[in-house]
Amino acid sequence: MTPSATSEPSETNQGLSAAAGEVIDLQNAVIRFAGNSQDGIQTIGGFLARLAGRSAREVMTYMTIPSTISGGPSIFQVHLGSGEVLSAGDESDFLFAFYQHSYDSHIGSLKSGGICIYDSDQVEQLRTDSDFLHIGIPITSTTVEAIGGSARDRGKNLFVLGLVTQLFKLQKEKIVSLVERQFGRKSEDILRNAMLAFDAGFAYPIGDLTGLEFTLREGLSTGADKVTTDGNTALTMGLLAGGVRYGAAYPITPWSTIMEQLRVELPKYGGIFVQAEDELAAVSMALGFAYSGHMAVTGSSGPGLSLKMEALSYATMAELPLVVVNVQRGGPSTGLPTSVEQSDLMQAIYGSHGDCPRIVLAPQNVGDCFYIAVEACEIARRYSCPVLILTDQALATRIEAFAQPDLAAFVHEPVLDQETRGEDFLPYPLNGPTRHAPPGTVMGGGKYPVVTGLEHDEWGHPSGSPEMHSRMTARRREKIKEFGRTLPLPEVYGDAEGEVLLVGWGSSRGPIREAVMRMREQGKKAAAIHLRHLSPMPGALDTLFENYEDVVVVEMNDEGLYGYGQLATLLRARYCDPKIRSVCKTDGLNFKIREILERVESLIHPA
Amino acid sequence: MSATAEPVKPITKKDLTADHPTWCPGCGDFAVLAAFFKVLEKLQIPHEKICTIAGIGCSSRFPYFVNGHGVHFIHGRSLPFATGVSLSRPDLHVFAFGGDGDGYSIGGNHLDHAARKNVNLTYIVMDNFVYGLTKKQTSPTSPKGFKSKTDPTGAIDQPINPMKKLVYGGAGFVARTHAVQVKHMMAVFERAILHPGFSVVEVLSECVVFYPGIFDDGNPRKGGEFDVIEEKKWDNTPEDLERHDVTDENAAYQLATLQYPGKFGVFYEADRPTKNQLEQQWIDSTREKQGEVSAADLLASRFATMK
Repeated sequence: MTPSATSEPSETNQGLSAAAGEVIDLQNAVIRFAGNSQDGIQTIGGFLARLAGRSAREVMTYMTIPSTISGGPSIFQVHLGSGEVLSAGDESDFLFAFYQHSYDSHIGSLKSGGICIYDSDQVEQLRTDSDFLHIGIPITSTTVEAIGGSARDRGKNLFVLGLVTQLFKLQKEKIVSLVERQFGRKSEDILRNAMLAFDAGFAYPIGDLTGLEFTLREGLSTGADKVTTDGNTALTMGLLAGGVRYGAAYPITPWSTIMEQLRVELPKYGGIFVQAEDELAAVSMALGFAYSGHMAVTGSSGPGLSLKMEALSYATMAELPLVVVNVQRGGPSTGLPTSVEQSDLMQAIYGSHGDCPRIVLAPQNVGDCFYIAVEACEIARRYSCPVLILTDQALATRIEAFAQPDLAAFVHEPVLDQETRGEDFLPYPLNGPTRHAPPGTVMGGGKYPVVTGLEHDEWGHPSGSPEMHSRMTARRREKIKEFGRTLPLPEVYGDAEGEVLLVGWGSSRGPIREAVMRMREQGKKAAAIHLRHLSPMPGALDTLFENYEDVVVVEMNDEGLYGYGQLATLLRARYCDPKIRSVCKTDGLNFKIREILERVESLIHPA
Repeated sequence: MSATAEPVKPITKKDLTADHPTWCPGCGDFAVLAAFFKVLEKLQIPHEKICTIAGIGCSSRFPYFVNGHGVHFIHGRSLPFATGVSLSRPDLHVFAFGGDGDGYSIGGNHLDHAARKNVNLTYIVMDNFVYGLTKKQTSPTSPKGFKSKTDPTGAIDQPINPMKKLVYGGAGFVARTHAVQVKHMMAVFERAILHPGFSVVEVLSECVVFYPGIFDDGNPRKGGEFDVIEEKKWDNTPEDLERHDVTDENAAYQLATLQYPGKFGVFYEADRPTKNQLEQQWIDSTREKQGEVSAADLLASRFATMK
């Protein structure tokens, strides 16, 4: 929170110091809802996030979901701000605790001087050794009463949403219209109960209890048309825009929501998404679609990607275009299915048998999930090869507001190329791009091609010639290198030269940037780059590295047998620069800003 | 699948021939290829509309020998690949080829699911009861006691009964034939190709190198019996009561349980909607509701719900 009473706009939120009765104008607020997964706290978090998009505010969310079918502790954290919001926030300003266990687990996440609103029907033991402002509200009983004594406590989330709307003076009409859209679809009864609970929360005299009033400042209108959604949805939209019309997959968390959406969306575009019997069938069907002349996708999460690897080698050998999405989660094996980790980088690049030079991309925020998917389709089409997108559980599920992409510029309408091929048809010329002839194409020369996983000559005919294998291996490598040469250097965030350069990839961009911001506030010369292209990497990164005393790669994976994270290992191998070091972690949680600052500091200046 | 309009110049077996097969002399697969050519010749399917897809194994070399679009895919996955082709390209005649290892072992699960989904394609399995390409290991159909490099004292695991598996799997057309019976093979192939939906033919195709003589019991020239299924003619005669009703799944399963060498012919044939048709219906009804809209319009309206 940044109380405007002190008027200094500062990135670091301060504790509450305003006197009672004063209206506190918040630029920034981190609100954590802690309850059980069936309480619908994701729903209210989603409403707040969407409201932020509608109010030109910035927003970032963070949630944990238990990997049980129903039940189990769950949190949803919303970081709302009128300036740039880079992360979901290390600590919260407000905690809404639904149960004693929610209180006990999350009170530690509250900032000094923060406000904890708890359900006094459920929470009995409060910490007394703190400067938190505790406000007890009988959330359960008031909700039950409001809805009409059905004795069920469903609707507590809407009650709390009403409280929040009142507490922060949010636009009630906008929230109500979101509630109506969500619940009106179901039935009139459900909507009526939802509104009863909401109104009860909205009317609850919370201001009397706190003696404080807040307003959450609207952002400066950027004029941009904002959409608010999660990373998996943005990625789905990007695939559709990029021209994907066919796909196949097998359900696995946290990938499944992409396939669910594609299954529903693709028929609108005249396409089909198949739920396959297993991961092997999924990638094989997707390759069947690709071979047939379509832009196709398959996807999975870590274990499923492993199962697809054999077929991906085939795609490299046969040079078929395919977009492959991997929503990373904690591994190995079943690991932590609903937690975030960046431990599939090596698998994505090197997971297949044989020499398979790979194109691997990673989106850096929710909006970028859209653009990276469009880009993956373009690359797959152009270079006729599989393109992997490494997103992760954090990006998949978190909600952000971003400017609606310019659809005219990014939508690709696919055309099936069935033009008769001439007698000079060569699918794999040693010095030229791949040119397939999808089935249905008339071959002018009278000879029809067989697409094979055997090593082959330029015509695609099997060839065991030692020379041909060397030349074709080089051909498959060179086209990926050619793509690498088109990549621009990543944007440098911060000082153009100085003490430390942080290098990151994927969902950790926000906390890394915020860490750089803090370092610079402390007088350090620091910067960060974030790689969207992990394989091949943009050339000449060393021309950036040489401007800093230290290069620290910040990633959510293990330091491995030799002491470096997966990207750090690759960068060290690529640039042979001992200056490149690692800050790794494997707790299945997003990086906190403080964590990055402390870890980088102790790495550079060991005690 | 339906036959395509006859082109001006008839397509001959010679036109359909591509590389010379790499099979060993005497291999049963030569006869399968010859029968396949004859049926294509009869149906006059243009080259560009032929798509043959195979996994790995001796018989999976098939696509190289047919002058049409072909795919030599990975071990066991020809059916899912062919599913992708069939679902997205209704203009093609999609064929999958393979052996017992490819189809019943490593790819066994895909067979059940392609059958269940009733994907419109024809799958021909050349079953030789042995792994040939890798040189004599036990296959899923090797009988108990078969001595192979992986079972030097004789196979101990119970073999798969392919016909039971195929009937159980829900394939719309299930037939069995023998590579030495070329006319029978042709008739069965033709019916399989013309069947709308997933059609599968199990062909006993001898490996003369690693399992010679195994199918002699079904070969009259080697003293065996080629016992052909008599199908019902629905002629109200007393004999007809004894004949096989191809639409009767239980009767098909009974045939499948017969002791080797068993019966040959069509075990089961029934029409039910194909996945191809059902997916297309969904597309059509969705598009009818939404009217003529571009991809950009669709995306814009989806984004509008996120505001």
